[in-house]
Amino acid sequence: MNALIRLLAVMRKELRQLRRDRITFAMIVGIPIGQILLFGYAINTDVRYLAAAVADQADSHLSRQFIAELRQTQVLNLDDSVATPEQLERMLRSGAISVGLYIPPDFDRRVIDARRPDAHLLVDGADPTILGVANQLATMPIAFDTWRTATPPERALEVRPYYNPERRTAVYVVPGLIGVILTLTMMLFTAVAIVRERERGNLELLINTPVSTAQLMVGKVVPYIGIGLLQLALIIAVGDLLFDVPIRGSVFELYVAAFAFIAANLALGLFISTIAATQFQAMQVTFFILLPSILLSGFVFPFAGMPTFAQFLGELLPITHFIRLTRGIMLREASLSELSSELLLLVLFAAVAMAAAIRRFSRRLD
Amino acid sequence: MPATAEFAIRARGLTRKFGDLVAVKDLDLDVPRAGIYGFLGPNGSGKSTTIRMLCGLLTPTRGNATVLGVDVSGNTEALKPRIGYMTQKFSLYGDLTVRENLEFIADIYSVRRAERSARIAELLRDYDLERQVNQLAGTMSGGQRQRLALACAVLHRPELLLLDEPTSAVDPRSRRDFWAKLFELSDAGATILVSTHYMDEAERCHRLAILDRGVKVADGAPSELQQSTGMTVVEVLSESPTRAHALLVELREVSSVTQLGIRLRVLVPCTIAEPQDLISRALAAQGLPAETRVVGASLEDVFVAVTEARQAPGAAA
Repeated sequence: MNALIRLLAVMRKELRQLRRDRITFAMIVGIPIGQILLFGYAINTDVRYLAAAVADQADSHLSRQFIAELRQTQVLNLDDSVATPEQLERMLRSGAISVGLYIPPDFDRRVIDARRPDAHLLVDGADPTILGVANQLATMPIAFDTWRTATPPERALEVRPYYNPERRTAVYVVPGLIGVILTLTMMLFTAVAIVRERERGNLELLINTPVSTAQLMVGKVVPYIGIGLLQLALIIAVGDLLFDVPIRGSVFELYVAAFAFIAANLALGLFISTIAATQFQAMQVTFFILLPSILLSGFVFPFAGMPTFAQFLGELLPITHFIRLTRGIMLREASLSELSSELLLLVLFAAVAMAAAIRRFSRRLD
Repeated sequence: MPATAEFAIRARGLTRKFGDLVAVKDLDLDVPRAGIYGFLGPNGSGKSTTIRMLCGLLTPTRGNATVLGVDVSGNTEALKPRIGYMTQKFSLYGDLTVRENLEFIADIYSVRRAERSARIAELLRDYDLERQVNQLAGTMSGGQRQRLALACAVLHRPELLLLDEPTSAVDPRSRRDFWAKLFELSDAGATILVSTHYMDEAERCHRLAILDRGVKVADGAPSELQQSTGMTVVEVLSESPTRAHALLVELREVSSVTQLGIRLRVLVPCTIAEPQDLISRALAAQGLPAETRVVGASLEDVFVAVTEARQAPGAAA
């Protein structure tokens, strides 16, 4: 009987403490509902409206009809149109499109010639999902509204995968993984930074010294940028030695991108630290951000397959932009100038988060 | 302004609420420069809250305070290089060594590099920390930590030291050594505000304010306070102090009775004539022979007198 009373006493105490821990309480409800809604809608391998462009060099009645048919499948968003296949390749490299449709000048003749493909799909083969979608598209029978196609060709489209022709998963995964690892470690480092000092009582002394808030915040971030860059070097080395992951673009530019990304995560962590009351709460909030960072960033599921709302949330996460940068630089040999908007967004994110952290940090105890 | 030059701290009507709780109420304070000023009061009397308001950590709900000429309700950053603050809880870095902590504090307060190592060496010697110099602060004893905390608080030679119950976690020997240090600092011209709940420490202060549940109930030099209690202290030596205690508490004329070992200290208002006789007769009537004598009021008697006065019904606090 006594044992039961003691057991109940412990249980009651736990629940009472939990009820007073507002953030934890919110997380109990927020994590399952928020995340399941988010991912239930967002996780969707049925990819639609992939960013695409067309280079229609035939410009005939037949080619326009062909484009219209492809558009009807809703798989490709074929709004952009360019003049040459080289332009398609450039767009592919900068990440502006995932698929390029090239219709050669002799398209009309190819349609009746079953030996040659009618047109080409230039595909960002680094992403296996997109490649899979392109292959499906290629096997789809397209009925040409013409008397000449009594026997329609087996394959109207030939898929040309770029960047990862061997289709090795590591090549695709590692650039994104860099983002996930850095998000987790960097955000956690600073998320607990201020809270820890508050819990240990250091902060009461510190805010009574002439050290300014900006000095305190920047001083807490800078050492970890070095640590983050070291982590990047480690991942790249292991990726190269064990998985043969290429860095086709500039290594220096990769580090520049990582610098901005690490700063953004550290600043975000610092901001979390000014909200959380305990280290435990800080960790909960970090994981709350980490999950969408894995699932909504394009790391696991292709960005194009997500509904608009999920894409919007993804755009708000620094990792989404960083993954675009790493995949671009490492796999597609893109240069930073081609991806400058992504880099700019990371810098902006870091600046805003840092300003918010400094603003929120109170030099008083009340 | 001569008024602020004379006083390191001046407060008028200083009040702080936490929700419905009034932690400090209408506090007036004049702390003269160069001297040790004590805050005496039990836990929850508002000592820490007051100190935190004075260094700008807490915003007063009402009233105002000027510390070294700076209004604490406004921007207190200019004040920070001029004060040293020792928190009630050890607030240095437990995972840094003694030297690393001192170096950190020295750099935060912009002690020049050339001067830094000499200053740290001096503090290590003065505060008897030379053997612990490479020890992690978190692994030191309470007394050692306290010495380190004080060394860090005085490192930048502040004009004003705010010490929040600095001796609450150390042994009597460490407390004595600590006070010897405070006197040295005070002789060197620093103003020290120290809170305590130890009577013997309060007695060492040059001036003193007694706080009780957020209200200042008395202030002045310890000797002044002892003379102005308005109470006669009668010491009673009886064979059965517990019974005598129970009897005396019942007497209308007696304000309070405190047992110290076999002796009782009985406070009787000065308005009562012949308090010794009164007590002897009351005890004799119950068959309790006792020796009585009038003694000088100790600070504890003062403390009891002023706090009891507030509890007594109808008493003007």
